[in-house]
Amino acid sequence: MLFETIPPSLSASYGAAKEENSMQEEKTRITWNHTFFAEVVDRNWVLVLTIGLCPALAVSTSVVNCISMGAAATFCLVCSSVLISILRKQIPNDVRITAFIVIIGTFVTIVDYSIQAISLNIYNALGAFISLIVVNCILLAHAEAYASKNSVMATAVNAFGTGVGFTFALLLLGVPREILGSGTIFGYNIVWEGFQTWLVMQTPVGGFFTMPLWIVLINWLRRNKSSANCGEGGCHG
Amino acid sequence: MGSSISIFISSVLVNNPLVMLFLGLCSFIGVTKKFSEAFCMGVAVTIVTFLSQQVTFALNSPLVYFGIEYLRLLVFIAVIASLVQIIDIVMKKFMPAMHKLFGIFLALITTNCLVLYVAIVQVSKAYTYMESTAFGLGTGCGYLLMMVIMAGIREQLELSNSPVIVKGTPLVLMIACFLSLMMQGFYGVGG
Repeated sequence: MLFETIPPSLSASYGAAKEENSMQEEKTRITWNHTFFAEVVDRNWVLVLTIGLCPALAVSTSVVNCISMGAAATFCLVCSSVLISILRKQIPNDVRITAFIVIIGTFVTIVDYSIQAISLNIYNALGAFISLIVVNCILLAHAEAYASKNSVMATAVNAFGTGVGFTFALLLLGVPREILGSGTIFGYNIVWEGFQTWLVMQTPVGGFFTMPLWIVLINWLRRNKSSANCGEGGCHG
Repeated sequence: MGSSISIFISSVLVNNPLVMLFLGLCSFIGVTKKFSEAFCMGVAVTIVTFLSQQVTFALNSPLVYFGIEYLRLLVFIAVIASLVQIIDIVMKKFMPAMHKLFGIFLALITTNCLVLYVAIVQVSKAYTYMESTAFGLGTGCGYLLMMVIMAGIREQLELSNSPVIVKGTPLVLMIACFLSLMMQGFYGVGG
């Protein structure tokens, strides 16, 4: 009965809205395919662009640390990028970097106190690197290069992809380091009797040892693509 | 005084910011292509670390007095950002020759992990004034030392014939692996 009472003009507009909706869905799907997965795999900030190496190498001694660090960074990244994207027309161009840092710092403070409340063990294991998310190149670079130029929805998806990509890179470093370094994963013993653990993997040397191997592997897989990252990485920051 | 000296030595060698604590790796990869650039960057970071350490040490007691420690991170990063800006402006006005050398590195030092790390850790470890100063100077000098060593090695490596897939970042990290192994030999020095 309801359908009959809807005036034709409204139903027409509803139809149009529905069509627009499906178009938007299509667009969202494209965003997910082209942005999310591109950020996770193809344009991984840590492994391909080599940005934000400091926390990646420092906390990847165990898988639990990797996941907590990745989650903390992803939360800060998504929240700050969305807020910056909302305010992108209000922030004056001259003081934008300071504004970005203050916004990022607010969310990092929230995460800092939350982790302290949830688990003191993780807080002690991550050490100063939770506070140092403020100066993580990934967050500021994302704010400057993407969030301050794009719409809220696109920014949220892109930021989430970047965060997941960061966590993924952390796990690539953390899993071999924990298995070889202490013979465990998530704290459970998984190696056979008499396995000689490589103590060096738990020290800073292990981080510097694992990281270039992954980068070389990725460069080798992408060697035929013109965009292979064989050039220089890093930044001045 | 004795504890200050041991903190200085240990933050240069045992807790070297670049190869032992992984602080400021971006500039370790990005600015070590030329020896002169690496040296200028190292000096600039040492100066900024020292000055920001002095300012943040002074600012900490008012924060504690008013009971607003939860704003510490925001205050510190804002102070560091404005301090770097002030140094940039003062240098441009009074030392144009110096500014030409260090200017391009100064602006980006704000986002160097090292500077904020020193500010935060001196508070969390409750260092005295002398100890904090030694910590700030030592961390800066450790950074300078590693930048100079790495730049020297990289300048020589330019002449070698390394595979394409290893060139650039992976090669730097592999060298850093050996430098880190080398620094581990200093465990126990300086307490």
